[in-house]
Amino acid sequence: MTEQARANTWHDVVLATLKSNNVKLAVYVPDRVLTPLIKALHADPFFTTFATTREEEALGIVTGAWMGGVHGAVLMQTSGFATIPNALASLVVPCQIPALIFVSERGTLGEFNLGQAMVCKTMRPVLNSLAVENITITRQDELAFILDRSIKQAVATQAPVTFILSPLLTGGKVFSASMRA
Amino acid sequence: MIAKSTGAIGAHNAKVMNRLELTRRVVEKLKRDEAVIGGIGNANFDLWASSQRPQNFYMLGSMGLAVPIALGVAIAQPKRHVIALEGDGSLLMQLGCLTTVAQQAPKNLTIVVWDNGMYQITGGQPTTSATVADLVAIARACGIANAAWAADEADFDRLAAAALKGEGPSLIAARIDSKPGAEKIERDPVQIRERFMRGLGVKGGAASGA
Repeated sequence: MTEQARANTWHDVVLATLKSNNVKLAVYVPDRVLTPLIKALHADPFFTTFATTREEEALGIVTGAWMGGVHGAVLMQTSGFATIPNALASLVVPCQIPALIFVSERGTLGEFNLGQAMVCKTMRPVLNSLAVENITITRQDELAFILDRSIKQAVATQAPVTFILSPLLTGGKVFSASMRA
Repeated sequence: MIAKSTGAIGAHNAKVMNRLELTRRVVEKLKRDEAVIGGIGNANFDLWASSQRPQNFYMLGSMGLAVPIALGVAIAQPKRHVIALEGDGSLLMQLGCLTTVAQQAPKNLTIVVWDNGMYQITGGQPTTSATVADLVAIARACGIANAAWAADEADFDRLAAAALKGEGPSLIAARIDSKPGAEKIERDPVQIRERFMRGLGVKGGAASGA
């Protein structure tokens, strides 16, 4: 049985698909929703996994690693996306770097934080205006196919791709009753 | 009473040198196809003027990301030494990356900071390193123990030669004058990236490991 076939959570599928595409570097600014994926990446010696202080720093690292022959992914939450348009517009896009950008989607489907909601509204228009491929993933049965094909397309076309992981896929951030109040 | 800063605290004895001359001193020490990442603006222009090695990457935008890019190259190619050339204003924009470098501790990474205490390319507005910020003290406090001001050209040579031995990460800071970069580079990001990847022995899509 392949690793992908054994995978039974969304984060198992992401990890297995990164591995099968030889994506060895995972750099992130933490996020509650991404925590199980980040833990699994840290636990797997196939990956070099570490946190950065800002999302654009992570994009710089992945750009350098790609030019040195190692493919990498950047993981962030929605609010963090607002820190990277300059790095996308002036480094990743013009240099044709197939950076893999995973954004856990906040700001929708029950968000309480206005800041997340505002960035969520601007994220796709920014990506579209930069002509950066962006795919919102809502279903686990489509996840492996979308990731695998899109990673291969990113490499073949030398272009970054953004995977927006919807709460419909991940469950999103579960708010406590006191936070809802 | 608030103590008044006398400026460039740790560097007050360091000689003011010239970026192009020091860049040339770095380049002439490179014998093993070391990678050099030039930061935005004058750091780039003087790297371009000093040499156009295929192992040079000229960062045209993304101010502050020369060190993260260098860290990425250093992680991908641990047997190759990687040098980031960065200005004071650029480094101040992305200070957190120094802690990431210290945490990852790549032995093959050297950061060179050109500190003229100003945003030179935008009209010479002062950076905080002109008055209150000591970039070497900051680097040490971020965890890069091997960080030093170059007292003069001979000291810079000594520090650079020691850094290239691969016991990094290390940071060398040099006070420099306000002379503009010597040459403007050809602004073609795809050509720059492609040549750099070939210079590092990585060819196009082959980097996917496919």
